[in-house]
Amino acid sequence: MSNSSISIMLVSGSHERLQMAAMVASVGAVSGNEVAVFLSMNALQYFVKDANAEAPAEGSFGEIMSGKNVPHFKNLFESAVELGDAKIYPCSMAMDVLEIAEEALESYLSEPLGLTKFLVDAGDSQIWTF
Amino acid sequence: MAEKKTIDARGSYCPGPLMELIAGIKLIEVGDELEVLSSDKGSANDIPEWVNKVGHEMVSSTEDQGVWHIVVRKAK
Repeated sequence: MSNSSISIMLVSGSHERLQMAAMVASVGAVSGNEVAVFLSMNALQYFVKDANAEAPAEGSFGEIMSGKNVPHFKNLFESAVELGDAKIYPCSMAMDVLEIAEEALESYLSEPLGLTKFLVDAGDSQIWTF
Repeated sequence: MAEKKTIDARGSYCPGPLMELIAGIKLIEVGDELEVLSSDKGSANDIPEWVNKVGHEMVSSTEDQGVWHIVVRKAK
């Protein structure tokens, strides 16, 4: 497989979807792909510093996964940035709605971005939605 | 002389062992080897894929009592 760009829109707050998005972002980034993640809706809350990062399970898989030594989705996203140069952008609209300041977000996140800019930058890349 | 370090990622699920390997590879010299211990079969299949994709070298992959010993040489 040749290298490509992967754009991920993460809007869910469920454990399974956060986990799968983190897996795609981290493995994609460390395999030489350009990865950009857009955090919005129910996903953004977990990236506030010191916030509760235990996402509820959507189904039985999520419940089972919680009892196993699966890497935490936040650690995977951080690895995607540190090891694979992925960019993770908080959605500026979601920040406004939730009244979250940029300083309150995890330091490995990039600057806030609007949807228009994210989509323009995404161009012809693969867009994955979780 | 080339060195070999070992990372114990037993008990961790995909992509934990791969991420630990990549973090470890950044810290060693070209030509050195890194051994990852993994109890996750998916990772045992995936790590060689990653190694080939990014241009490092697979030295060996053996299974002993449910633990895979995956040895990679840093090539660049």
